[in-house]
Parts: sequence; structure tokens; C-alpha cells
Amino acid sequence: MSKILEGLKYSESHEWVKVEGNVAVVGVSDFAQKEMGDITYVDMPEVDDEVSAGEEFGALESVKASSELISPVSGKVVEVNGELEDAPEKVNEDAYAAWIIKVEMSDASELDALLDAAGYKAQIGE
Amino acid sequence: MKYYDKLIFELSREGRCGFSLPQNRYPAAPELPAAVKRSSALNLPEVSEPDVVRHYTNLSQMNFGVDTGFYPLGSCTMKYNPKINEEISSLPGFASQHPLEEDTLVPGVRKVYEKMNEALRVITGMHAFTFAPCAGAHGELTGLMIMRQYHMSRGDFARTKVIVPDSAHGTNPASAAVCGLQVVQVKSLENGRIDVEALKPLLDNTVAGIMMTNPNTLGLFETQIKEIASLVHGVGGLLYYDGANMNPLMGVVRPGDMGFDIMHLNLHKTFSTPHGGGGPGSGPVGVAAHLEGCLKELRVSGFHGNFGVILKAYAYILSLGKDHLKKVGQYSVLGANYIKECLKDVYKLPIEGVCKHEFVFDGLINDGAREGVPGATTLDVAKRLLDYGFHAPTIYFPLLFHQALMIEPTETESKETLDAFIEVMRKIAAEAAEDPNILHGAPHNTPISRPDETAAARNPILKYQDTL
Amino acid sequence: MAQLPYLPQTKADVEAMLRRIGVKSLEDLYSDVPAEFLHKGAYALPDALSEQEIRDCFAALAAMNASLKVFVGQGAYDHHTPSVIPYLCSRSEFLTAYTPYQCEISQGTLRYIFEYQSLLCELTGLDVCNASMYDGPTAAAEAMMMAMAGTRKKTRVLVSATLLPQVLEVVKTYAKFHGVELGVLKADNGQTSLKALQEELAKDDVAGVLVPSVNRYGIVEDHSGFAEAIHAQKGLLLEYCDPSALAVVKTPGEWDADVAVGEGQSLGLPLSYGGPYVGFMTVKKEHMRKMPGRIVGQTVDGEGRRSFVLTLQAREQHIKREKATSNICSNESLMALWVTIYLSLMGPEGLREVNKMSSDGAHYLKAELLKTGKFEDVYPGKPFLKEFVLRPKTESAAALHGRLEKAGFFAAWPLEEGLVSFCVTEKRTKEETDALVCAIKEG
Repeated sequence: MSKILEGLKYSESHEWVKVEGNVAVVGVSDFAQKEMGDITYVDMPEVDDEVSAGEEFGALESVKASSELISPVSGKVVEVNGELEDAPEKVNEDAYAAWIIKVEMSDASELDALLDAAGYKAQIGE
Repeated sequence: MKYYDKLIFELSREGRCGFSLPQNRYPAAPELPAAVKRSSALNLPEVSEPDVVRHYTNLSQMNFGVDTGFYPLGSCTMKYNPKINEEISSLPGFASQHPLEEDTLVPGVRKVYEKMNEALRVITGMHAFTFAPCAGAHGELTGLMIMRQYHMSRGDFARTKVIVPDSAHGTNPASAAVCGLQVVQVKSLENGRIDVEALKPLLDNTVAGIMMTNPNTLGLFETQIKEIASLVHGVGGLLYYDGANMNPLMGVVRPGDMGFDIMHLNLHKTFSTPHGGGGPGSGPVGVAAHLEGCLKELRVSGFHGNFGVILKAYAYILSLGKDHLKKVGQYSVLGANYIKECLKDVYKLPIEGVCKHEFVFDGLINDGAREGVPGATTLDVAKRLLDYGFHAPTIYFPLLFHQALMIEPTETESKETLDAFIEVMRKIAAEAAEDPNILHGAPHNTPISRPDETAAARNPILKYQDTL
Repeated sequence: MAQLPYLPQTKADVEAMLRRIGVKSLEDLYSDVPAEFLHKGAYALPDALSEQEIRDCFAALAAMNASLKVFVGQGAYDHHTPSVIPYLCSRSEFLTAYTPYQCEISQGTLRYIFEYQSLLCELTGLDVCNASMYDGPTAAAEAMMMAMAGTRKKTRVLVSATLLPQVLEVVKTYAKFHGVELGVLKADNGQTSLKALQEELAKDDVAGVLVPSVNRYGIVEDHSGFAEAIHAQKGLLLEYCDPSALAVVKTPGEWDADVAVGEGQSLGLPLSYGGPYVGFMTVKKEHMRKMPGRIVGQTVDGEGRRSFVLTLQAREQHIKREKATSNICSNESLMALWVTIYLSLMGPEGLREVNKMSSDGAHYLKAELLKTGKFEDVYPGKPFLKEFVLRPKTESAAALHGRLEKAGFFAAWPLEEGLVSFCVTEKRTKEETDALVCAIKEG
């Protein structure tokens, strides 16, 4: 069983979103990190890059796989988690502490299309 | 094989030398101006000739090649590399020719290209070949460039899509992307062949062509090739043949006759030139008559391709002649089917029926999984094979099966070798059923055990200087 | 008809195997192939040749080719090959292995690639090297695509007109299909023009700039100010190098380049009519994840022993498929071994000596040729090493070149501009060089 935090929003592509005012903090779910196995690299955008809901903003890499990160919201990247550059294993250790990017949302209504904890739980079949 | 732990840098001692040059009898030239002169130190190793010879001999002894033992690596056609071919490729009359020398200076070289072109036309049914590509993937890219060039030369700029089956080699979609084409995947049926019904709706006037491997990466002949060719041609698209799996068709079936317009060959697979630990290869591209113009326009490598490799392949073709060509295809298929039939009661065979030169198992039937002990995986089987003195098959490819184990024996292996391999594969299956931990820990008898690949990727150490 | 010695199957073996499979004949193994595609009749190939016949056939073909003294470079250099190299490279453990997928039985290949990467980083002064590319021109094309992959906003790559023609042509081919707009940087007095570069950069659409370290005229280029100008526009400086010359000329690292590519043939590979050669690519660490091709890294095995593996594979085509920025997989591994052994034997002194002898020879030849009064020095005072150009005054470039061929020299390679290019390596003795001067005088 993977961990699913209440109070977060989830995308079908396994990203989580924590809303802090107009800023969306984005990471990947515990389910996703387990599926990937040992994460060896987190490919992240740069601050000031624009991201769009449903589009790729980076990737998680393991020894034998690469998995796209899909942005759950649109907007401008205001911060990236530089810690993950040298310590990608933090995503494996605690996927909800290891946020990846913070996005200043251009359309907060996009959040409505995301799943809540129960919906996400149902989606991954746990 | 024994573990040897030196790097050439660690043998270096200041003042030692491994070179021999004649005395310099020219007057001294002026020094380079400081602005363009190297100022940083040059820390190359300083070692004697015997040091070098012993070091690389020791390194070689940690390696496994076709000459060491059976190498059933699927889709790689690890056949025997004839030694006469090595001898002729190093003849000074070939090895000392400058690539800019005009054709009139090197009639012997040009004759090799001409004869090779002729022979490949006969073997494949294509109209003309270019020898510029240096590897299979390079050939694919060149072939796709020809495909696009053909459409563009007809003023047709809308054809930006290329259809690739989900069982394709990873290079197919990658080559298409590098060539600026959009990849559209077509799925396979339960029987491992392209789903023609799924293909139909993908076809329109934006399709540049389809890339196919036939037999495909499951080792299965695409039986509906005639219908596929007619459908793709019907919308103005071209058929590309990935020649990585040409070996079973040698002397039996020609891609040109099946309707393919463009193809590449891997001379380092089908035509016996050594793989060299990952090159040099050679990936000549052949085209049908209406594409010959496009073939000539493209420059994709520095000079004339890997001439040294082309020479070896030509020598191989001469040794086959018309007499033995068919045996290559037939015996490669014979060996694969024999292994398949002898092992399918212990390894999962997802698709029954006759295969061509290779086939795919989907892991063990009984992986030995039990309370607290995970079952043996395909990786475990592969690693255990190393303990028994065999190279592993290709694993986790094609992606259609989670535990894919792709076996290609080639025609140069004796029945005794195949029997020994079958016996070991059965023994491994028995070990897995009894105690999968034996396999989890494998290999046990190799110079190193399983290395920590995660650490290698997280903290890359990519040169000796990083370790100092 | 004799049996082919590469096929071990006896009649009894074939029968036993067919029986086990449950088919009657070899033809039955193709029962899934539509009958119309089964080739009928014999293939129009010659009869099989025996080993002796093959040996004779190729000896005859080899003997048809001219045996000239080579005084031309232009991207392929006639340097000395120590006999140790072919001897070691023909060891079948190296020669007959595939790509090192099973690292536990491929430590030999993996270790020499790691050494190769280390040596090329040392020569170029950059941080990360891949396991090799096909040749210099394709490595340059890969560098162009890499520069494009690193940016979302830029659309152009600039290439210097002073690059070798084969490099320009291959880069153009790749650019056309990859959708990259190329801009050509003009030359100024035989070297890439900084002024032209600055003008092009002002358009703010440049992802990368490819310039030669030693150019097609043999001139060692001065790239002062290039990196600053390019980096200010967030572009990449891509240096095309002759790795042998990097022992003495300013390195890509010293020019603050982002990527170095080039042709490794000058490191002891035979001319072989153009291949197999070996391309190389090294990059600054920050571009490591965008680099194409295979990379070997160091790690430890289960017992803590130093071990080597293919690493950073998530960049590669077999994982990224259509999202990959390069399709390269097989490269020129055995030629990378060739280069590794060459550099180990030569060491810093040997490589410097090769450069010195070649440069001394080239400067001597140029001086002697100018003394004949038959040539104009088009780039006086420009620094060069083993290669230089002159303008013939009394005959056309093509006529001179053709005349020398008849005299036993492959020399005075005609360039488009009516110039001729000469090259002298350490293999050319002073007697040979003097003989060339004599032959030129006599015409």
C-alpha cells in the first residue's frame, strides 16, 4: 500500500499538488516513486519557465527508465527544489516532503479537474 | 576470467615511454603564439610497451566474446566472425589509401564497393545501396532522410508522420524523431503481428511511411505484409525495412520482393563482421529504383562509410556464394526453433508456432516465488547463465512482455552447443523452482558480482580524474 | 560442393533437430511465409570461394590501388600506427564482444572505454566524454542537435566557413531533416571572424556555434572573445578539433567551450579509405544529461570491488524512444580502444613529438615551396602545425595535383578557392619531402 495524503490534489499521472495561496507546490505521489524504484535523477525546469496543465515539465529517471512529469496546473515556475539535484533519493525517502516545483498559477480553476485523496486512491486501485 | 583491477593511469611513472619515433631531421619550426598554445598540463599515462601489452591483455581476459562462447543475444546476430576477413582488411593496399584519392587511383577499392552493391542487390531485391552509414541506427536515419527527401522532391510537404509498431527496436522511433518525423505507434495483435485493422485508420496523406522489422522483434514473420504494403502504398506512403533481422531471410526471402522501398542492413550482424564491443559497424541503405536519386544526394558521414568493415562483409559474401547463402537463413531458423521447442515446458512461450531466427520467452513458468522470497526474474536467469559460461540473451525487450527473454542462436552454433545451453537453461529453471535465492545472488563465478548501478547513476564518476 | 567451415550442422544434426521441432524439412520452417515471397531458383551470386581463393582475390584487388606518398590531410592524417595496437585490438575477447550489456563479463570493454573517456577529457580539457561517435562530421552534427535540445527559444546554429567541407556537408544534411536553421560564419583572413559572429549573435536566436580549432587551411584559430559573446546570448560554443593537435594547441576547455567534437583518426588510426574512424564528444559537466551516446561510469560490485557499468542510460534511445535527442547506439568501440592504446603508448612526450615533427616538416615544406617562386603565401604569419595552403601561380591547383599523382605523390589537394593544401606528418621523411619539392620544381 502506498501513502496518500489527505488534503492534497492529485493528477491521474501521479503528481500531487498542495495549494498555498496562488502557488501550487508540485511533487510526485508515493505510488509513483515506488513504481519507479531507485530514482537517480530529477530533471527539472528553470525558474521563470512557463508550464501548462497536462504538459511535460521534467522527468524522473531511474537506472533503466525515464518517466515524464506532467504539470497539473498552468503558470510560471517560481521555485525549483535544488536539493533534488544532488539527492534524488529524497523522492524515494518521502515523496510528499520532496516537492519538485512551485508554480504561480495562471488559472486556479484547473485545480477542480484534479482528484482528491479518495479519488486518487480509487484510481490506483488501492 | 579473473578480476584485474588496474587502470592504465595507475601504471604511469614519470619518464617512462612506450613510443618509437625516427629522429627529427627537419629544422625547428617557430613555436605557436601564446594566444593559441595549450598551457594546461597534459596528464597522459607514461608507460612502457610491455606495460601496455600486459595491461590490455589482462583487460581482455575480463571480456566475453563470440570466440569465448555461445552468445545468444537476441536481435544482435552474434555469429562467428571469420578470420580470413580480418586478414584481408588489413592489407596495406586497402589500409593505406587516403579517402580523398580519386577513383582512378583506387580501382581495387572501387571494385569492392561495386561488387558489394551488386551482391546486396541480389540478396535483398533492392535497386541500389549507399555505404555511407556507419551503424544500423545510422542506416535507419539515412533511410528515413531518403523517405522524406522523396516526398519533398515531389512537392509533398505534408507527410510528417511515420508509423512504427509497438514491438519495434528503440532506434526506430528515435531515428524518426531525429529525422524530424512524428512517430505514430501501431499496436500488435495477440499473435505478435501488426494489427492491420488498427493500422488502417492511421493511414492518410500525412503518412511518410511505415518502419517494419520482418521477421519482427518477436522473431515472427509478418504474414500480412502484402496487405500492409498495399495499404501503405495506397495512401502514398513508403515501406522501410529494418534489416536488423535479415539473417533468417538470407537466401530465402528478399525484402524488395515484399514491397519494401527502403532498407538498411547491419553488416556487423547478418554479414559476419565483428561487433568490436559496440562498433565499428556498417549500415548500408538500399532503395527501390524510384528512390535512387534521393539516395545519391545525401551526405551522412565523412567519407565513404566504414570501408574496412565493408571489405570484411564482401569477403564473407564471397565465401558464401550462391551455394551456402540459403543455409545461413535456414540454419539460423532451425537453431532458434530447436531451442524454443526444447525449453517451452519450463519457460513461458507467449506465442506458439514456428519462429524465425529468434524468439521471446516471457520469463519462467515456475519462478519459485514463496512467502518472503520473491520469484526469480528474467534478470536473475540472465545473470545465472553467466555463471554457466554462456552470454545472456537480450532481456526486457521487446517491451510487449514484462519478463522478455529474447534468444537468437545464429547458424554458426553446433547442435552440441545448443544442447548444452538447453541443459543449463533447464537447470536454472530447476534451481529457481527450488530456491530462487541462488539466482538472485548470481552471478557468482564472474570477475565481479552485480554492481551498484544506482550509485553509478546518482553520483557519476565518468573519468579517472574524478577519482583523484 | 564443399561444406562451409562456419556451419557446424551435420546431416544427422539437421534431421534430429527437425524431428524435435516436429517438421519434416528446412523449408517447412518457412511455412508462415506467403509462397509468393519465397525466392525461386538460385540467387545470381558467384560460386562460393575457398579461403585461398578469397586471399588471392583480395590480394589482387589491393594490388590494383596506387601506392603514393601521402602529403594530404583534410581530415584524414597519415600518422604512424604502433604495431602493438592492431596486435591488441585483434584479441578476440575485444573484437568479438558486443556492447557491454552484461557488465559482469564485459569489464574489459567497460574499463577501456572509461580510460578512453578519461584520456579525451584530458586532451580537450572538458569534464565528460561519451563512449564514442561514428566519425568527426557526425559528431559535429550531434553537437548541433544537442545545442538545439538544450534550448526552447533558439532556432539557429552557426557554423564556420573554415570547417572542413565534409563536416559542413554532414551538419547541413542533419540540420535539414532535424529542422535546424544553419547560419554560416564568414572567414576573415583565413580564420572564423569574431565580427561576423557578433553580428549574427545580435539576432538573439543562436543555440550554438560550431568553429574549428585547427581549420581547413591548417590555421590554428584564435577564439579569443568567442565564448564570452556566445554565452552572453545563452548559446553554446562547440569546438571541432583534431585531438592529436590538442596536445599543443589551446584546448576547448581553455577556450571555455561547452562541447568539443572531432575526428579521432589522427590518433594512430590507419587511413583505410575513410573508415572505420572514430568521432569523439566531450562536454562540460552541466551538459552531461543532454549528451548523446553511451557513457561508462565507475561504481562498486557486491563485494566492494571497483567496477564499471554503462550509466546515465535514461538519456538513450532504448529508453527514451521517440523522445530521444539522438538515435546513436552502436558507436566505434574498437576504434576507441585503438585510440586508448595509442595515447597510452605515446604519452605526453610522444604526442608532443608527433606534433613537433609534423609541424617542423610542414614548415620546412612550405618554406621550400615558397622558394620555388611558384606559389603565393595567402595567409602569411598565420600559425599552423602539420597542414597549410598556398596559391599556385604557374599552373592550376588541379593540374598541379594531377601532375604530382603521376610522380608518385598524393599532394597539393585542390580547394575550391584555387588553393592547394599540403600536409606533412612524422611519417614523411626529409628525403620524401625533398623529393616532393623536386617534383614540383620540375613541372
